[in-house]
Amino acid sequence: MKTSVEDRKEIKLSCRNVWKVYGARPEGFFENGNGLVKDVSSHAEKLRENDHIVANADVTFDVHAGEIFVIMGLSGSGKSTIVRCLSRLVEPTAGEIILDGEDLLKKSDAELIDIRRHKMGMVFQSFGLMPHLNVIDNVAFPLKLQGKAENECYQQAKRVIELVELQGRENNYPKELSGGQQQRVGIARSLAVEPDIWFLDEPFSALDPLIRKQMQDEFLSIQLKLQKSIVFITHDFHEALRLADRMAIMRDGAIVQIGRPVDLILNPVDDYIREFTLDVPWETILTAADIAEPSDEPLAGLGSVSEDTLIEKLLYYLGDNDRGVIVHAKDGSVLGVATARGVVKALSAGSGPDTSSVKV
Amino acid sequence: MRLHNLNRGFFHWLAVIAITLACISIEGEWKWLSEYPNAFIAPFSDWLNVIMDWTVNNCGSFFMGISWLLEWPIWAVQKVLNWLPWSVSVFLFSAVAYAASGWRLAIFTLSATIYMVVIGYWEESMNSLSLVAISVPLAILIGFVIGVWGFYSDRAERVIMPSLDLFQTVPAFAYLLPILLLFGFGTVVGLIASVLYSFPPMVRNTIIGLRSVAPEVIESGLMSGATPSQLFWQVRVPSCRRQILLGVNQATMASLSMVIIASIIGGTSDIGWEVLTTIRKAQFGESLLVGMVIALMAMIIDRITFGLAQRSGIYDPNQQGLFERYRLLLIAALGGAVLFVLAQIFSVLVDWPREMVWSPGRAMNDGLAYLIINYHAQIDAVKTFAFFYVMLPIKIGLQGAVSPFTWGFALTPYHKAIYTLAMAGFSLWLGLRGKNMAGVLVMLFAVFIYFGLTNIPWPCVILIYGVIGWKVGGRNLGLGTMLGFGFMAVTGNWAEAMLSIYLCGIAAIISFIFGTSVGIWAAHNDRVSAFVRPINDTMQTMPLFVILIPFVMVFKIGEFTGLLAIIAYAFVPAIRYAEHGLRNLPETVIEAANMMGATKNQLLWRVKIPLALPVMMLGLNQTIMYAIAMLVIAALVGTNGLEQIVYIGLSDGNFGIGIIAGLGMAIIAIIADRTTQAWSRTRREQLGLDASL
Repeated sequence: MKTSVEDRKEIKLSCRNVWKVYGARPEGFFENGNGLVKDVSSHAEKLRENDHIVANADVTFDVHAGEIFVIMGLSGSGKSTIVRCLSRLVEPTAGEIILDGEDLLKKSDAELIDIRRHKMGMVFQSFGLMPHLNVIDNVAFPLKLQGKAENECYQQAKRVIELVELQGRENNYPKELSGGQQQRVGIARSLAVEPDIWFLDEPFSALDPLIRKQMQDEFLSIQLKLQKSIVFITHDFHEALRLADRMAIMRDGAIVQIGRPVDLILNPVDDYIREFTLDVPWETILTAADIAEPSDEPLAGLGSVSEDTLIEKLLYYLGDNDRGVIVHAKDGSVLGVATARGVVKALSAGSGPDTSSVKV
Repeated sequence: MRLHNLNRGFFHWLAVIAITLACISIEGEWKWLSEYPNAFIAPFSDWLNVIMDWTVNNCGSFFMGISWLLEWPIWAVQKVLNWLPWSVSVFLFSAVAYAASGWRLAIFTLSATIYMVVIGYWEESMNSLSLVAISVPLAILIGFVIGVWGFYSDRAERVIMPSLDLFQTVPAFAYLLPILLLFGFGTVVGLIASVLYSFPPMVRNTIIGLRSVAPEVIESGLMSGATPSQLFWQVRVPSCRRQILLGVNQATMASLSMVIIASIIGGTSDIGWEVLTTIRKAQFGESLLVGMVIALMAMIIDRITFGLAQRSGIYDPNQQGLFERYRLLLIAALGGAVLFVLAQIFSVLVDWPREMVWSPGRAMNDGLAYLIINYHAQIDAVKTFAFFYVMLPIKIGLQGAVSPFTWGFALTPYHKAIYTLAMAGFSLWLGLRGKNMAGVLVMLFAVFIYFGLTNIPWPCVILIYGVIGWKVGGRNLGLGTMLGFGFMAVTGNWAEAMLSIYLCGIAAIISFIFGTSVGIWAAHNDRVSAFVRPINDTMQTMPLFVILIPFVMVFKIGEFTGLLAIIAYAFVPAIRYAEHGLRNLPETVIEAANMMGATKNQLLWRVKIPLALPVMMLGLNQTIMYAIAMLVIAALVGTNGLEQIVYIGLSDGNFGIGIIAGLGMAIIAIIADRTTQAWSRTRREQLGLDASL
């Protein structure tokens, strides 16, 4: 396995042992306030027994600068709550949220407003547009709140409207736009203040499948230009795979596994994760690097591919060449050999060690 | 009967009917059953009068001070409006109308205001307007502040909501007097009364509006870095602007209708007073013409506030010049100035000369007189028919109403036996078909019609209504209903309360049946719908007094006139809700029924109406509320219920009896409201329809 490039990057936002508990007196269960508990699951159980609702239990992850970090989970898994904890729309019960090295939870209301005005942007599932403002006023809204000159607000708003390709719609009201267009406005608005960290809470879930695909592509191309640090929430595993640099899967308020999409597919920690990976079109996710193995045999006469070649593209070649193909890293060094056996092994990781149907 | 269908509710009702019949049969022995004993009447009204006297004597100067403060702005507006030549005002009003909604409204405003000038009531109109101009902003401000308070504090809301019910249901006549006693004679009474009556809708709409803002809109405001005050003024309030402006609109309408009612105490030369004096002088033509002024004023203000609610800004990338931006304002100012100068030269533009006043009032009176003399017989026939065959039987029952003089025959034991057998048979038949509740209803109805509402012993009436409340809305509603009716008995207003319920009840039932039929028709026919809508709109903006006038003109003073006026006002919501309910049914259900091969009739009766019934019941709710509102005004044409006591209390200066009777009416209204609401809500929940409507 290659070392992840992202690991070397600086950490933008860090979520440390965050708990969110609803109920009569949840603070009482976290006396030191830092969310560190000995046994997470038994602590959560204790809270539930005392009629508290545990929305997030000991959530810990880092978001690196410039990466898309996807949090995936089914409804009720606590993913919307955790993204609201990150922006303090919901006040965490315990834990730390560190943005640029400073604890967000220790900020005063005025400091928080300032951080939201300059560092954070958020996109909502049902868009959250101001119904009384037209497109350009919606986009300029966060700028106007800062008290900027009207002219400046509109110029900046026009720039981001062009970025999401909505020019010509400036005077339309949200209700006059289609869902996809409304979400473009939501995206433009969240980008208007040029935030460092960008939260997207199921931004495409309310859209038709075709529009969703198109919006995902545009989202990726915007990200290619802007290189924001992104926390992206979704309930759609395929969407997560498409977009994520790294992803976390949540269940019952806790994180089950964190890693690159490939890591999750190849090494699911439990059956819950494996369930998601079953119908994944693995040949479009796995690259040559993921199945490359060191080889003792001589490499002479073998073809070679670069490490990020999708397996999809190798299948035909591997079918004819038993010995496999050499995988080169970007710097030219040899990572190993990719073989048909390697492909089969990677594929079987999804289905588990089940050999019952084989007669020996 | 199918025994397995019999539940406890059914036996409860049988017991109630049995008790009622038993009470009626021993009424002769125990006098207290038929008439609430005088000895047990609590003199609440006397106590209230003592409290009022004490307040007036000890805190009088405080209230007079407020009164003095409020007098000033009205006076100032009045001076300005009277100082401006009518031509300038007419121009400016039309300009505002244009700005709010465009040419059509501007032309309508122009014609309407010129009408006020031409019939010679310009000054009175402006006096009424100046009162509205102060009372509406005041009501909106108070309503908004209280609404915001209620939105942020649950505890405050629990106090505010029931108080609003009281403010809106206690008839205005009942609180005019205490205002008069506290704040003294003058325009301020009208102002305060109209503020008290018109702020509740503003409160309600403010709370509903602020509640309805989507959480994601709030969150996106927060994430945009809004401070708490920015969040309130730039996110919450504008997001629910429509709802809040609906409140403004309703408050304005309520205020206008109250301005007329308030002028009943006199002292101001405004439109309301003119309407009243002309009615009293039996100059119906004139009263209708003057009444139209208020109706027109209401329509204009209604359309202008509605237009403003719809308007929204346009972003223009090429920054507009100063002139473009304020073009309309400039034109208005310029035009006003030109007209003002012209008015200095041509005095016609300042004061409309008396000899040029054109009023068809006299001609209308003559025409009416002709109509009444020539169609005397027909008019009387209508009146008698309604009186003998509808009103009397409900009031005193068949046993009293049927006589050789009225129905042409006397009720013999033979008739009675047939009636009893027919009704018993009918309800038994319904019971056998498994419709136990329908059977019970028929039995109750049979008893009511035979003995008459006013002849049923009061404990039985309390019991029946209490059980209805209990069955429909649970134990609290049942107990509340009994206590409410008990209040009527204890304060000695029992007989009058029954008369109010009787008149209001007939009117509500007729309005509901008539209105719902029209609504069903309108729901299936776009042309009917388009025809009915403007009529509904006009009837709803028409001040109550004005509706009364044409009926008094034709049918003179009396209960029947009151009944017709109530029906004319109360059928509107029935139409609206029936149409709304039928037009908004889930599409899939209709499609499913069509696919099963339902005929048009089956579709209507088996699918659409049962599903739309909960919404129609809300229409019934509104019909009853409207009927009660109109009932108060109907006291002026000589009805005999609680409303008459309220009116007498006002004219005799007896604060106590007026307010107690007024509270009685409020209680009737609130009980009717809660019962119909509860029924509609449970039914919607059972049907799985949107319960939040």
